[in-house]
Amino acid sequence: MSTNHQYCTFYLGEQCFGLDVLKVQEIVRYQTLTRVPLAHRVVRGLINLRGQIVTAIDLRRRLDLPDRDEACEPVNVVVQTDDGAVSLLVDEIGDVLEVPEQEFERPPETLTRSTRDLIQGVYKLPDRLLVILDPVRVVSLPER
Amino acid sequence: MSNNEILREFLQETHENLVLLDSDLITLESNPGDKSTLAQVFRTLHSVKGTAGFLGLVKLQTVAHSAESLLSRLRSGELHFNQPIATALLRVVDAIREMLASIEASGAEGSGDYTALIAEVDHLRETGGTQPPPSAPAAPERIVEPVLAATSAVPVVPPPSVAIESSAHTIAVIPTSGSGTSEMASGDASEVRSASIADANIRVDVDLLDKLMTLVGELVLSRNQILQYSDSNEDGGFLGAVQRLNLLTSELQASVMKTRMQPIGSVLNRFPRIVRDLAFACGKKVRYEMDGQETELDRTLIEAIRDPLVHMVRNAIDHGIESPQVRLARGKPEEGRLRMVAFHEGGKVIIEITDDGGGIDVARLREKALLSELVSPDVLTRMSHQELLRLVFLPGFSTADRVTQTSGRGVGMDVVRTNIEKIGGTVDIESTVGEGTTIRTKIPLTLAIIPALIVVCGGERYAIPQVSLLELVRLDPEQMVRGVERIHGAPVYRLRDRLLPLVFLDEQLEIESHDTSARDLNIVVLQAEDRPFGLVVDTICDTEEIVVKPLQKQIKGIAVLAGATIMGDGRVALVLDVLGLAERANVISRTKSRALSEHELPPQSSESVPEPLLLFASNAGGQMAIPLSLVARLEEFPHATIENLGSRQVVQYRGGILPLIDVSRELDQLPLRGSTAQLATIPEVPSQHDAGSIPVIVYAEGEQLVGLIVGKVLDIVHEQIAARSRANRPGVLFTAVVQERVTEFVDIPMLVRETMFDVLPSIT
Repeated sequence: MSTNHQYCTFYLGEQCFGLDVLKVQEIVRYQTLTRVPLAHRVVRGLINLRGQIVTAIDLRRRLDLPDRDEACEPVNVVVQTDDGAVSLLVDEIGDVLEVPEQEFERPPETLTRSTRDLIQGVYKLPDRLLVILDPVRVVSLPER
Repeated sequence: MSNNEILREFLQETHENLVLLDSDLITLESNPGDKSTLAQVFRTLHSVKGTAGFLGLVKLQTVAHSAESLLSRLRSGELHFNQPIATALLRVVDAIREMLASIEASGAEGSGDYTALIAEVDHLRETGGTQPPPSAPAAPERIVEPVLAATSAVPVVPPPSVAIESSAHTIAVIPTSGSGTSEMASGDASEVRSASIADANIRVDVDLLDKLMTLVGELVLSRNQILQYSDSNEDGGFLGAVQRLNLLTSELQASVMKTRMQPIGSVLNRFPRIVRDLAFACGKKVRYEMDGQETELDRTLIEAIRDPLVHMVRNAIDHGIESPQVRLARGKPEEGRLRMVAFHEGGKVIIEITDDGGGIDVARLREKALLSELVSPDVLTRMSHQELLRLVFLPGFSTADRVTQTSGRGVGMDVVRTNIEKIGGTVDIESTVGEGTTIRTKIPLTLAIIPALIVVCGGERYAIPQVSLLELVRLDPEQMVRGVERIHGAPVYRLRDRLLPLVFLDEQLEIESHDTSARDLNIVVLQAEDRPFGLVVDTICDTEEIVVKPLQKQIKGIAVLAGATIMGDGRVALVLDVLGLAERANVISRTKSRALSEHELPPQSSESVPEPLLLFASNAGGQMAIPLSLVARLEEFPHATIENLGSRQVVQYRGGILPLIDVSRELDQLPLRGSTAQLATIPEVPSQHDAGSIPVIVYAEGEQLVGLIVGKVLDIVHEQIAARSRANRPGVLFTAVVQERVTEFVDIPMLVRETMFDVLPSIT
């Protein structure tokens, strides 16, 4: 049985990433963040999402990528977790893509251990690769 | 309504009924002649049985049926209610509860075997427990069957609720009198009056209430923004609308808050059963009394206090109330009393648990504390009665001589205190040996909204809960230079002659503060565990009522943060945890002492827990130290103000006379005391003071203040005392190296006692 999955896509630099569309609650434009001192460095701050306080995680830092240019305003991709909504800060938002199952592959062994855990796999799209993130692992930070 | 929904409804309703059964059975046990309670028990059980039959829960039905048969004979007066019957019926309640849990988890009644229980109940039905078997056995089955048939014929009457969003944590918005639904189901015509009560209430999912609360919070914020905007607007129509919006929002907020309030009775009502079982297990007789069940508080708090209360009740029964023999021997009634009272006082809810048991022997507490090495001996000797009693809240402290199933493992009262403090409450204890113990728990009405002080540091706002706030101090740059002193790098401020340790918020949070060199210094004086400290922030704003929301798990582990809140402008601000902050800044060393007590204690460690020390130079030049906790104040008196009174030097101080002791001189003379050698000469105050003033450490022995003349106050240190050696003279506890100098640790209480008794006998 071949089912197609829908992914919400977004960009960090040139690379395209995707998250299961059912896990994404909404996309919110950049909001002023309240910094959280002493927090893990990937936590960029807190935002108010209609009365709900949501932690914003910088996806670049989470994936060990260099910080984005300070002039760029990131976008909030708000995902559902067991612990309420969590925002992932990304550079730019893409389309919702429906991709064929058979194009899926496990992430290559050559990826660093820490990032490999966060990646479910890769879809080989005609023009580029779509990296699928694990929505649960991306938001769970290592214990300090 | 689908089958599944009916089942869930049944589970929910039956759970409530079982709680009711528990308390009714206990009532019956103490008052076996209570016909109306008996009737209620019968009806409740009957409705459980009826619904179970309807849903095809055969096992549950059989168990309930046998209990019902027994009850019907009790009701008809053929049998009399007694303890074996009560025990059996309570076991039936437990069996039903077990089956319910299984149904909830797996949909089936589970594999439990209840034939023995049924046999026991049936046996009781025939013999009546201790009562002689009745001579004319009626046929209980026949009494029951018609009623049962009637119930089965009529489909289960669902409770007349409107919105049914059931889940495990659904509450009745306004709790019913409890019997409402069951009475309906039993089809008893005489119970029509209760229908109106049931009609007036609906069940609402708690999540929905929480969401309403959040939305109302947001509405309040929007209202505030509009109010601010309306200040600069002169359109009359607009202003009128804003005014209405304002009033409506406030009223809506108050109403929504109210929906979260629940009477504390929903917790207290479980206690008759708990007390009974515990008393039974401990072989004690306990009469349980309660009052104030109608006292309302936020439902999240009700959840939070349940376990601590159970623990305190356990302690009271296991340790507090004596066995019947001991009680009789002490001239007390055989039956112990346990009283639980809840009431409102000053915007807080007070819950008192009082027993008339043996009370807490303070001398034994002291002994235990010494043995367990949780408190150093010299600290112990200075503790007041009340402070000694509070030792029971120390982690790892237990007075039980043996470990029982119920208590005595030493993890307990500290957890109780931690849990109560977590919800912003306090616990205190009063006890008189031989008369009993009262534990007083004070908790806020609601967690949802607390007053807080808003401060700014490094461009971000932070909220500080006002409960820990003592006062605010602002120093202009000029005062700053004089006011803030450093003791070995640690900044302190002399606040009304007491040294206030200063903690810089930006340093603690590891953020960059704005350049403060040319600006005022804002000090927020806070209290952490009775110890004040000054928190330096960039700006102090206003106090505001804030709604504290929990942090998500990504940032939960940060001890200095208690939560977050949304400010009037819609942005998020963090709420500081004053205790966590004080710990981080080493103002208090709670985690350290706690961690120590969890591990094996090295032999000397009870004294080496770093306690802040005041270092001073004696007039003879040597370095000495005393614990800072002994220091009431640091003063300097001009030399001219010192007067002689007999062989004693005194100074007028705060409208009284402060006797002075020269520490180094008295230490020198201590060995001579008690001998006939008289201290004839009034020693001169050393000459280096002649021109200026004399530094004095003010020490309080109870009400009596004593001034200790020293050469110079040097420093306050938080140092782990590494090397220490035995003292070589009386009046000195031990010597150790502090800041690379050999330092004598002076036994101030002993020195004062030894030197003052002849002059001021009232001290001893």
